[in-house]
Amino acid sequence: MTAIALDSHEHDHPSGIRRWLTTTNHKDIGTLYLCFSFAMFLFAGALAMLVRTELFEPGLQFFQPNLFNQLTTMHGLIMIFGAIMPAFVGFANWQIPLMIGAPDMAFPRLNNWSFWLLPMAALLLLGSFLVPGGAVAGGWTMYPPLYIQGGIGYDMTIFAIHIMGLSSIIGSINIITTILNLRAPGMIMMKIPMFVWTWLITAYLLVAVMPVLASAVTMLLTDRHFGTHFFNAAGGGDPVMFQHIFWFFGHPEVYIMILPAFGILSTIIPTFSRKPLFGYHSMVYATASIAILSFVVWAHHMFTVGMPAAGQLFFMYTTMLIAVPTGVKVFNWIATMWQGAISFETPMLFSVAVICLFTIGGFSGLVLAVVPVDIQLQDTYYVVAHFHYVLFSGAAMSIMAGVYYWLPKWTGHMYNETLGQWHFWLTAIAFNITFFPMHFTGLAGMPRRVPDYALQFAEFNMISSIGAFVLGASQLLFLYIVVKCIRGGMPAGEKPWDGADTLEWTLPSPVPYHTFETAPVIR
Amino acid sequence: MDTSRYYLPAPSWWPIVGSVALLTLASGFLLLLQRMPAGSYLMLAGAVILAVMLFGWFGAVIREGIAGRYNGQVDVSYRWGMSWFIFSEVMFFAALFGALFYARYFAVPWLGQASLLWPGYNSTWPTAGPGSLASFTPMAAWGIPAINTLILLSSGAIVTWAHWGLKKDNRLQLKIGLALTILLGVIFIALQAYEYFLADFSLKTGIYGATFYMLTGFHGAHVTLGVIMLVVILGRVIAGHFSEKRHFAFEAVSWYWHFVDVVWLLLFVFVYWL
Repeated sequence: MTAIALDSHEHDHPSGIRRWLTTTNHKDIGTLYLCFSFAMFLFAGALAMLVRTELFEPGLQFFQPNLFNQLTTMHGLIMIFGAIMPAFVGFANWQIPLMIGAPDMAFPRLNNWSFWLLPMAALLLLGSFLVPGGAVAGGWTMYPPLYIQGGIGYDMTIFAIHIMGLSSIIGSINIITTILNLRAPGMIMMKIPMFVWTWLITAYLLVAVMPVLASAVTMLLTDRHFGTHFFNAAGGGDPVMFQHIFWFFGHPEVYIMILPAFGILSTIIPTFSRKPLFGYHSMVYATASIAILSFVVWAHHMFTVGMPAAGQLFFMYTTMLIAVPTGVKVFNWIATMWQGAISFETPMLFSVAVICLFTIGGFSGLVLAVVPVDIQLQDTYYVVAHFHYVLFSGAAMSIMAGVYYWLPKWTGHMYNETLGQWHFWLTAIAFNITFFPMHFTGLAGMPRRVPDYALQFAEFNMISSIGAFVLGASQLLFLYIVVKCIRGGMPAGEKPWDGADTLEWTLPSPVPYHTFETAPVIR
Repeated sequence: MDTSRYYLPAPSWWPIVGSVALLTLASGFLLLLQRMPAGSYLMLAGAVILAVMLFGWFGAVIREGIAGRYNGQVDVSYRWGMSWFIFSEVMFFAALFGALFYARYFAVPWLGQASLLWPGYNSTWPTAGPGSLASFTPMAAWGIPAINTLILLSSGAIVTWAHWGLKKDNRLQLKIGLALTILLGVIFIALQAYEYFLADFSLKTGIYGATFYMLTGFHGAHVTLGVIMLVVILGRVIAGHFSEKRHFAFEAVSWYWHFVDVVWLLLFVFVYWL
């Protein structure tokens, strides 16, 4: 499939640290993204362990409230911007050129830059734990007035957001351009794999909303230091205005973190069902509908801050409307499995679990969309349960599925299937032990972001904490499996999954450093 | 030169240099915000590193372009890239305009209705908010801003005229057009600075001052960037770069110039006029 190179310098690449600092290769950069996001996942996971340690029993045991709030805030920020988003970009880097038969990403140098901005942002964000006043403690949503009152750690977070935003915008422009311009001859848009479609739409969302977040945090910065009154009523501004601007970014951001997961599922489920994806066209249209709707639902995050009833009704109905295209996807996956010759290797186990658990998260989202219900549940653990069902058992577990699915292609080795299944069952069970009880504590009225709670919530919190510790420890097993697979293992062969039909499986495993320098022709 | 395949650049140091530059800039700014004078030196260092990176990186791209390494497909990539970059800029300004509209049509009228909280507050735009006692004169539309509108619109027409010159390989028309565009851009910035100098309100003058200076300030920064890019293009034209067929760098900068033009029109209507 690969042609003999004409420019020999393209095949020379420096070794050691220089290779990783200067690389323009989409596979190297994909690896960098994935390693970075794994490190951030473990760090932010460790923060969650500390949170659950404090919440193991009522009363203040280990952390002062301010430090506790730093832990929850940083857990959220790092998981979103450091773990989930870069992990998906890592998949995009590795897979999109392979899946569309492109020689690399459209802008290889910019690709390097979009990655190497992230460690700089991480230095600022994580370094804020060490400065006077500590890290941000006002929640990942960065609401004023708390974010206007904090110390230097808040400025560091704002700059980190700027740099991460730049990284996302550059990365997304690269992805969009690659998909629109570098497809192999014959691969029309309605033939590209579903994963590529979901990333095209995700990248569009990123280019549309990351600048809005940049605007929002810039206004925070000027309110903090340059005397503007954007979010101060005394000057005619409004703190609620920040929430509107933030959630105009924040809600599409939710789909930025789930659409690529849908793409991974839509790749894995057909493979292990040994059937083509059911309803490819409807899947494309559903993804696009979710993206378009995501721009007109943002205020459902703010039902309790006060808005006209007409606004509440509008945002309630548009939010419920999103259940339609999402339902289309869920039913398409089930229909793909229907009468398929299904086998349950680790990637498929994760994928099926995601369908079930994400659907639970989707339903609790519908519950929260109902204005009178939301007013009861705002800022309770019910919300925490909801977004962990969509973000952990939706996004994070899809990432795990994708890692198991493509590791053989990337490394040339099979991972250990037994250990993989152990990791799956431990993760799936511990996840439910951790987060399912939060539905109950939330319905009973336990507020989120508090280090101490009423005695009536003690049992459920202890159960959640035990589940969380198991969940956290299981991810060390994941790390072990991945490292072991990179170092060696059974040779994977060209196509370890017999049901797979995308282009990357026509290449040898591990994939050569340069691939598709001459584009394959698609029938 | 084989251009049958898509050009893939060799490993490059420029991106990591750019990352270091931004981290240095951010760290310097952080120190300045803490009133530490070392911050300005750090920021200066960051700016220098950034400038080196921009020269080095764009220089490499220009050399590759002249060497004929880019085929038509690479050209299309650059077009998509620039279009989406401008779209991201549009969204950045959209958020600031959103803040302006929200303040004018929701936040300020609601403050006026809160008679218990802010008795006697006259919630008409422009306002510095109920907590402010200072009075100020809002910027009138039909003085300098109207002249600036004329200047920027005609500069947009002239840059297109320059483009026609390039397409006909009339280098003189191209050079005159570009130089005139740059001149008009500089006059625009100068008039804008003069307007800031005349203003009796500041960034701190409530929501009016905040939205006014943030919107016009970011726009002014973009015009400045546009002028710098136009100067680079003029330098390249004088150095004999570009052909009638292949001159995307010129087109990209003119797209950018039209973009700042359109943003200005919206500014003129919604910030100055209405």
